[in-house]
Amino acid sequence: MTIDFTIEDDGPLYAAAKKVYPQRVWGTYRRIKWIVLWIALGVYYILPFIRWNRGPNEPGQAVLVDMAHSRFYFFFIELWPQEVYYFTGLLILAALILFLSNALFGRVWCGYACPQTVWTDLFLFVERRIEGDRRDRIKLDEAPWTADKIKKRVMKHAAWLLIALFTGGAAVLYFEDAPTLLKQLLTFQAPFVAVLWMGILTFTTYSLAGHMREQVCLYMCPWPRIQAALTDTDALNVTYRADRGEPRMSVKEAAKIRSHGEAAGDCIDCMQCVAVCPTGVDIRNGSQLGCIQCGLCIDACDAVMAKVHRPTRLIAYDTDENLARRKRGEQNVYRLVRPRTILYAALIAVTGCVMLYALLSRSSMNMSVLHVRAPLFTPTVEGGVRNGYTLRFSNETGEARDFTLSVAGLDGARMTSVVARPLANGSLTVHIEPDTTLETPVYVATPPDVTPGKSTPITFTATDAHTGERKSVVDHFFAP
Amino acid sequence: MSTDPVQVDKISGQTTTGHEWDGIRELNTPLPRWWLWLFYLTIAFAVVYWVLYPAWPLVTGATPGLLGHTNRARVADDLAASQAARMQQAAGLEKASLAEIEADPKLLELALAQGKAAFGDNCAPCHGSGGQGQYGYPNLTAGRWLWGGTLDQIDTTITHGIRADDPDTHTSAMPAFGKDGILKPEQIKQVENYVRTLAKLDPEPGVDVAAGKKIFADNCAVCHGEDGKGNVEMGAPNLTTKIWLYGSDIKDLTNTITYARNSTMPAWGKRLDPVTIKALTLYVHSLGGGT
Repeated sequence: MTIDFTIEDDGPLYAAAKKVYPQRVWGTYRRIKWIVLWIALGVYYILPFIRWNRGPNEPGQAVLVDMAHSRFYFFFIELWPQEVYYFTGLLILAALILFLSNALFGRVWCGYACPQTVWTDLFLFVERRIEGDRRDRIKLDEAPWTADKIKKRVMKHAAWLLIALFTGGAAVLYFEDAPTLLKQLLTFQAPFVAVLWMGILTFTTYSLAGHMREQVCLYMCPWPRIQAALTDTDALNVTYRADRGEPRMSVKEAAKIRSHGEAAGDCIDCMQCVAVCPTGVDIRNGSQLGCIQCGLCIDACDAVMAKVHRPTRLIAYDTDENLARRKRGEQNVYRLVRPRTILYAALIAVTGCVMLYALLSRSSMNMSVLHVRAPLFTPTVEGGVRNGYTLRFSNETGEARDFTLSVAGLDGARMTSVVARPLANGSLTVHIEPDTTLETPVYVATPPDVTPGKSTPITFTATDAHTGERKSVVDHFFAP
Repeated sequence: MSTDPVQVDKISGQTTTGHEWDGIRELNTPLPRWWLWLFYLTIAFAVVYWVLYPAWPLVTGATPGLLGHTNRARVADDLAASQAARMQQAAGLEKASLAEIEADPKLLELALAQGKAAFGDNCAPCHGSGGQGQYGYPNLTAGRWLWGGTLDQIDTTITHGIRADDPDTHTSAMPAFGKDGILKPEQIKQVENYVRTLAKLDPEPGVDVAAGKKIFADNCAVCHGEDGKGNVEMGAPNLTTKIWLYGSDIKDLTNTITYARNSTMPAWGKRLDPVTIKALTLYVHSLGGGT
C-alpha cells in the first residue's frame, strides 16, 4: 500500500492553495448565471429603498430591522421581539427548500444563487475586464513588476474595494431609514456603528469574493458536507457522461478508430471543462465536494463538441442512476417524483401553511397576565379578599387604542388599578400609545365579608373599544 | 514524533506524516495557508493581550498590563453610567408633583418600576417583598393605614418615619395601661373583650362587655374614637376591621394594652434621595393606597 522514502525537509506547514484562473465561457448556463446575478444584486440594492406606508407613527420602509426599537418590518408584516420564533419557521422552510432543490437538481443554490457565488462571479468579471482572460492573468502573475502590471493590479483592487464598499453600504441600509442614512453616509455624518459595520462588510466582501473564492466553498461552508449525505442516485447533478466520453483520445485517433467501425470516447481531453471551472475541479472525476454545479463546464464542453462535430451534452445534468442504466444498456429514466421529493414538498407545504395561518391569525393586540406571588392574596379592610395581577397590554398598530378590561368568574368582583381608569360598569379602561406596551397592575377584590374558595378560575378580557377585537386570559383567584 | 520514514500513500498519492497506529498511517493534509496565518495572528494577538491586559498569574494577583484594566473598575464605570442614565430619566419625576406623575401614564410607569426596585432594596425586609407585612409590621396592601394612605400622607411617613430621629417624625404614644397601673387586669379583660366586639369578633363568655365599653370611652376613645375607627392624625389604628397588626386574640390584646406597642420606622428622607422617595410613595400607594 505504501512506498517508503525519506525526505530531509519536512516541507512547509501549509499546503499553498493552487490558484484557480477560471476562463471566460459562453452558453446557456452562463446566461442563466448572469440573469440570476443581476436579479440578486438588483433585489439587494433596491430593496432598502422600497417604501411602505404604515401610518404616521411607524417607519415607511418596506424591509427594516429596527434594532433601536426592537422591531422587524417586512412589507405588511411587523414582528415584535417575542415573535422572533417566526424566523425559526422561516429557517425550517429555507432548509426544506434547500433539501428539495438538492433532491431535484443538486447544488443549484451553490451554483447560481449563493451570495458567495454571485459576488465571486462579479469580482471575476471585473478581474477579467482589467487583467484579461485566463492566459493573460496567468502570464501577468508570472510577469515581473512593471508599471503596466502595477496599474492593472491597483485598478483591480480599487474596483473590488469599491464594489465591497457598496456591498457593505447597502447592508447597513436595511437597519436604518435608507434615504436618511444614505444622505448621512454621503455627507460623512453617519453614526459610528453604521460606518463600523460598513467597514466590516467591506472587508469580508473584499476578502471572501476577491481572495478566498472557492476556498470558502472548500473549507468554510458546511453545505457540501451535508449535501453529500442528502443526495441520492436520482438527483440531477452536473455529470460527466463517462459512458460516452471514455476512453479519452484525440479527434484524429477517434476518427481512425471509428473508421474501423469500433467505438471511441467523445472526450478529447482538451481540459476546457477544468479551465472554466470557478473552483478548479475536474468534473470527469465524478461528483465531488469542490463542484458547486454551476454548469459552466457544460457550456465549455458543448462548444468543443460542436467544433468537433459530436453531439453536445457530454457533460450535462444527469443522474447517477442513468449513468449505471446506460452501462447496462437500458433507457434513461428521470424520476423527479419519488418518496424523498414528495416528503420534502409535503413538509414545505405543511410548514408554509402553518406559518401563513400563524401570520394571518396574528392579533394586533396582546395581553399577558401574571399573578402577583407576594402576597398571593391579602385581606381587605372591608373584610373581603384581594388578589394582585400584573397585566401587560401591547398595541401592535400605528394608532393609539383604548382597551376595556373586564373580569368574569368571581361574583361581585371589583377591579382597581392606579394605571387603568374605572368605567361606570365596573370595567377598567386603559389607553395604549401606538406601537407600545404598558404594564398595568390590577387588583381584584371580593365584596365585603366574602371569602371565595381556595382557588377560583377567573377570566380577564380586554376588548378594543373601537374595533371590538378581544383577547381573553384565564388566571386564578386565590383565598385563604 | 515518530521516527518512521515519510511515505507516499499509493491510493491517494498523498505523503504521510510518519505517524502510525496499528498499521494505519496518518495522511499529511496540511492546512491552507490563510488558515495558518490566522493561527499565527491569534498567537500575535495573545502576546499583545499579555502586554496590555492583566494576564500572567503571580503569587498575589497577576501582571497588571499597560492599560491598567481591572474588572472592578469596569463594573464601577458601568454602574456610574447606568446611574447617570437613570438620573436622566428621573428628571421628569423630579419636576412633577405626585399628583401630576399619577396622572401621566409614562411617568407613572417609570415611577412604579423605580419604586418597586427601591422597595425591594429598602422596605421589603420588614414589609415583605410585595408589601404584605408581617406580625408587627403593617400590611401595605390591605387598604388600612395607621398614618393615612393618601399620596401626601405616605410621602410624609416615608420621609420622616415613625417615632424616628427626625424633628417632623410621626409621634404618639399609647400608654402602657397595665404596666403603668392605669387599668387593673380585670378592667383590661373587660375592655379587650369590648374591643373584639367592635371588630365583630366574639367576646369571651361571662365577661362584662358593658363595663368594657365604659372603660373604652374613658381611656381609649380620645385617640381611637368613640366608634373605635381610629385616627390617622395620631396613628391610632382602626379597631373595627379584621386587620390586626399585633393580633386580635385575647392574649395578644392583653399584651398590647398592658405594655403598649409604639413601634418605629426610620426616617428615609435622611437615607434616600427625593426622587426615590417620590417613586416609593407612588409604588406603595399603588399597592392599596387609600384616601
